[in-house]
Parts: sequence; structure tokens; C-alpha cells
Amino acid sequence: MRFRLTEDQRALRDGVRGLLARRFDRAALRAAVDRPGRLDRALWRELGAAGFFALRLPEADGGVGLGLPETVLAFEEAGRALLPGPLVATHLAAGRVPGAAEGETVVAAVDGGGLVEWLTEADVVCGEAGGAVPLRSVDPLTPLHRVPGVSAAVDPVAVLLTAAEQLGTATRACELAVQHARAREQFGQPIGAFQAVKHLCAELLVRVEVARAAVYAAAVTADPADIAAARLLADEAAVRGARDCLQVHGGMGFTWEADVHLLLKRAWLRTRRAGGGTESEELLAADLLSGGVR
Amino acid sequence: MDLADSPEDAEFRAGLREWLGKVLPTLPPKPSPDDWPGRRAYDLGWQRTLYEAGYADVHWQASPGVRLIFLEETERAGAPYVGAGFVGLLHAGPTIAAEGTAEQRARWLPPILRGEEVWCQGFSEPDAGSDLAALRTRAWRDGDDYVVSGSKIWTSHAEVADWCELLVRTDPAAPKHRGITWLAMPMDAPGITVRPLRTLAGSAEFAEVFLDEVRVPVTHRVGAENDGWRVTMVTLSFERGTAFVGEVVACRRVLGELAVEARRNGRWDDPALRRRLGALNAEFRALWRLTQWSVSEAEAEGGLPGVGGSVFKLRYSQARQELYDTAADVLGEESLDTDRPWVHDRLSSLSYTIAAGTSQIQRNIVAERILGLPKGR
Repeated sequence: MRFRLTEDQRALRDGVRGLLARRFDRAALRAAVDRPGRLDRALWRELGAAGFFALRLPEADGGVGLGLPETVLAFEEAGRALLPGPLVATHLAAGRVPGAAEGETVVAAVDGGGLVEWLTEADVVCGEAGGAVPLRSVDPLTPLHRVPGVSAAVDPVAVLLTAAEQLGTATRACELAVQHARAREQFGQPIGAFQAVKHLCAELLVRVEVARAAVYAAAVTADPADIAAARLLADEAAVRGARDCLQVHGGMGFTWEADVHLLLKRAWLRTRRAGGGTESEELLAADLLSGGVR
Repeated sequence: MDLADSPEDAEFRAGLREWLGKVLPTLPPKPSPDDWPGRRAYDLGWQRTLYEAGYADVHWQASPGVRLIFLEETERAGAPYVGAGFVGLLHAGPTIAAEGTAEQRARWLPPILRGEEVWCQGFSEPDAGSDLAALRTRAWRDGDDYVVSGSKIWTSHAEVADWCELLVRTDPAAPKHRGITWLAMPMDAPGITVRPLRTLAGSAEFAEVFLDEVRVPVTHRVGAENDGWRVTMVTLSFERGTAFVGEVVACRRVLGELAVEARRNGRWDDPALRRRLGALNAEFRALWRLTQWSVSEAEAEGGLPGVGGSVFKLRYSQARQELYDTAADVLGEESLDTDRPWVHDRLSSLSYTIAAGTSQIQRNIVAERILGLPKGR
């Protein structure tokens, strides 16, 4: 057992982090908020060129030939940067939809819950999207359509990659909360010196670390119960993490100008993918009876 | 990232499994929880059995990964818990191994490994709990002895222990962390009074220990005088890491049993309860993975697991309480009957967010030592 990142995995994670820091920094994030519904096609092609969508595609098919663990690391970084776009759908379409792997084609997918992210910007839509009605999406960086009467089968890999994005967002929430707690002073000292604030930050980290272990393990085993567990833990880490981060930010946390709401809104949105967490809880309950406790 | 056993680990696991399969059916029946001499004999007997089979020093010599396999397999097989051997094997022994002289190691370590002597821990005091370094039990030199007076609390196995790893104040004028000394106190010395403490679960799991001018030879001091705090930290960091491996395995087994019981009594049809069980399955799967992660990190770093243990303990102690609260909901009215399974465990679980560092102290540790937030009030 060597349940830790290999050198190559570290390098890959750092590479994706570096690319996103260059191409999707805070200024780019806020610019994207200011022009909702538009996808940066140049960035999408760059992601394609870097292999983001083709990570699991065999090298013989022009892919990178890596596995789920590496893909999870890349999606974690995307979640940490709050990178917008139908990343999971396009990744899953690589090798099946021409141009998806290269980032030339933007692919959206009808989710099991009957929602479609990025329908208008997509070149190709997987699933039956007839009669789609636009919503005013709570997340300014994810346009949404509702599709009537859909209940598509859920791909566990999509659930896992969503969990990886949640993990990244949770990590970002923890970083932002700690940064603010160190910098912001009240009563003549950094608010992070107060136990009430300190303990919120500690719990943020605990949730991140528990979720990380669950998500990485699910990437190694690809076991449906492990993936369901990863999803529940990562959803919790992201949503509660963003909430606590908002609380640590005080009044600033309630503003449009601070980034915290963007973390929370994206985290909320992802919890609704693939039928929501109750599906995962039911799967894990059934797993208890089938002797899944080894 | 890899979760599979290496060939050597797989071999160790298979050998251990085979041995457990042979030896466990030959063990005597477990003594009743109130029978302290019986518990001592049973726990030491198991340690002796481990010793004869070559597994006695797995906690001291083996890599973190092998230790994890040992704890995982013994728990799965239903082997005895370390019990009365706990302090000797996991606190005092490692401290003596790291900080003791050759003579001290030769005197105290072999009897621990062979299951001949029991150790207890005299750290906490009535006025020194979370603030352990505030301890006030005094010791002063008188010829070749220290003379010790004061009192200790929460001391498990005090009634049946041969030795006590004792923290005493030898320099009251020094800053509180710098005036502490680590002593090995023989529990049959004159002046020691042990008073059992009854827990809220109704059992006497630990004791108060009163010390009235107890003489401890200076040769029983481990480390330098007034250096006991540093010596103790060696012990405390040893406790983290693989400390909860067996318990997480056990919790996952209980979870499976709860599902079967809920199915039997019909409460499985309550979706809220069923989903809580599902969520707990996620929780303990994740805690198991976090254990594997920490152990792999410890193995790669080559050292002892560090403050990451606080992250684990915070989450695990809370999860354990949720597990047994959920057990109560599976049982319904029967959860008020202490003869029913899990009811006593529910009561015991209440200590988990307090013992070995309260959750509040653990959060301070995580915030200050991992996240780098400033110290304060």
C-alpha cells in the first residue's frame, strides 16, 4: 500500500494548477462573472491541448493514457479554480464525440436530475434535450436548462469527477478562510487568534482531509460504494466549507464582490447532479446489507 | 496512489490470518468486565501468546504499514484487545525505548513484551487536564530517591498495574514545561492509594491515585531531570496514527450489524434512518481511507505520524458518537435497556470527544500547527 501521490501525480497536479493560475486567475474569474453564459473557447482549446479532456483516452487514440486518479487530480484543480464549463460532460465525451478530446467541441449532457449545464454554448448535447427551458441559474458561472421528464442512468465516473471538483472547491474555501482569518484584525488582533474563528477553520480542514481520502480512494478502486461515499463527503466539505468560509468573512462574505458566494453557489449546484446525495446514501445503505463492510 | 498490499505485506497478512485462525479457538473465555485480576491475566496471556508467535513487538519494530495490517487483521478475527497491556506497549514502552538508558531498556522492555508486567499512566491531575503541563504533583530529591506527593486521575488499570509512568514537578520555579520529570514508579511502593472512579457507564474503568511521600529511586528516572515534558511528547506522538485502526474496523462491523437489526425490526423502512446508516457507511469508509493515507505518509516520511492525528481524532470521535446515537434509533425503546447490545457502547462513546485531548484542544492544534493561525485566547 502506497496511498499517496506519486512524483508523476504531483507533477501533473502542479501542471494543471499552473496552467489555471496563468489562464484563469482571479481577474479572469471575475471577468467571467461579468459576462454570464459565455464560455472562453480559447481557454477550452488550451485545456484540450494540455490533455485535460483526453487524460483517460488511450495513447493509441491520441489521448494521454492515464487513469482515474490522475483525472481526479486534474478535476480537483478545476474545482479549486472554479473553472466554468461542462468539464465532466466533455471529458466523458472524449473519444466518442469528435473534437471533444481536443477541446474543439464543447459537449453538454442531460443530467439524471433533468438539468443541463451550458446547453446554449454546447456544440453537442448528450441525451434528449428537446423542450429545454432556461432557468435563472443561482450560479452566475453555470447557465442551466431544465428538460422535461428525464431520468437518465448515472455514470459513476461523472459522480466521482464531480466529487473531485467539490474537493477542490472545499480546499479553496479553506484557503480563503484561513487567509482572511490571518489578515483581518478586530479587537487589536487577527480574528484567527480567537478560538471561535480558529475552530471554524480547523473544521474546514478536517472536512477537506476526510473528503480527500475518500475521493482519492474511490479513484483508485472505482468501486460504486467508494464513489458514493466520496460524493457525500466531498459535497459536505464543499457546501459546509463555503458556508463557514462565508461566515469567517463576516459582512464582506455577503457581498457580490467577494468570491465566497461563487464557491458556495457552485458547490450547491454540484450537489444536485446525478440525483443528489440521497441516491448515494441509499446505495451505501444497501451496501451495508450486501456485506459491503469488509 | 495504490491501496493494494505489497508482496511482503500480503505475505505478512496471510501468515497472521492463518495463525489467528489456529490460535483464537484455543483461548480461554473472556473474564467479566468487573474482574480486574481476571482481566489482567487474560490480557497478559494474550500478549504472551503474541510473544511466543513472534508478534509481540510489532508496535515497536514494524513499519506503520505492517502495524496497520496487524491491527486490522486482529480486530477482524475478533482477537483480544491489547487491554491491560496498552500503556506498556503504546506509551511507557516506546518512551523507554527512545529515551531510556541501556539498563533501563533491559529492565523494563522485555517484561512488557513477554506479557509479565502491567503499566499505568500517571499524567493527568484534578487541576491539570487539557493544561497537562500545569501538573503539581511534587517530587524532591532525598539521597538516592525522589520523594513524591500529589494525586493523579483518569489512571486506567491502576488496580492491577506493576508500574506507573509518572510525571512530577521537580522545579516549581521553572516555566511550567521545563520543571517536569518522567519517573517509573513501582505501584507496590508504600504511600500509594488507589481509589476506583466509576464512569457514567456504571463501570470502574479508571482510578484516582493518591501519592503520599512515595519513594522512587533516582535510577527510575527516564531522561534528564526537568526534561520530562519533551520525553513525554515522544510518547504522545506515538499514540496517534494507527491508534484507532482496530476501532474503525470494529465500527464498520457494528454498522453492518445495525443494518441487519434494522431490517429485522422493520425500522429499515424508515428512509431517514436508512439514509443515516448509508451516510455513516460513507463516514467510516472515509475514515478508513484517511487511516491508510496517514499510514502511507508516515511510512514515506520515515517518522512518527504528527499532528495529522488530530484531524483524524476530531472526525472519528464525532463519528463514533453518531454511530451509537444511530444505533439507539435502530433499537428504539430498547435503547433504554442497558442489557441490549450497543447501549453500553453508546455510553462509552461519550468519552471519545474528551479523552486524549478534547475536541476543543484538537481544533486549537489543527488551527495553530497545521493552518498556522496565531495563538490567542
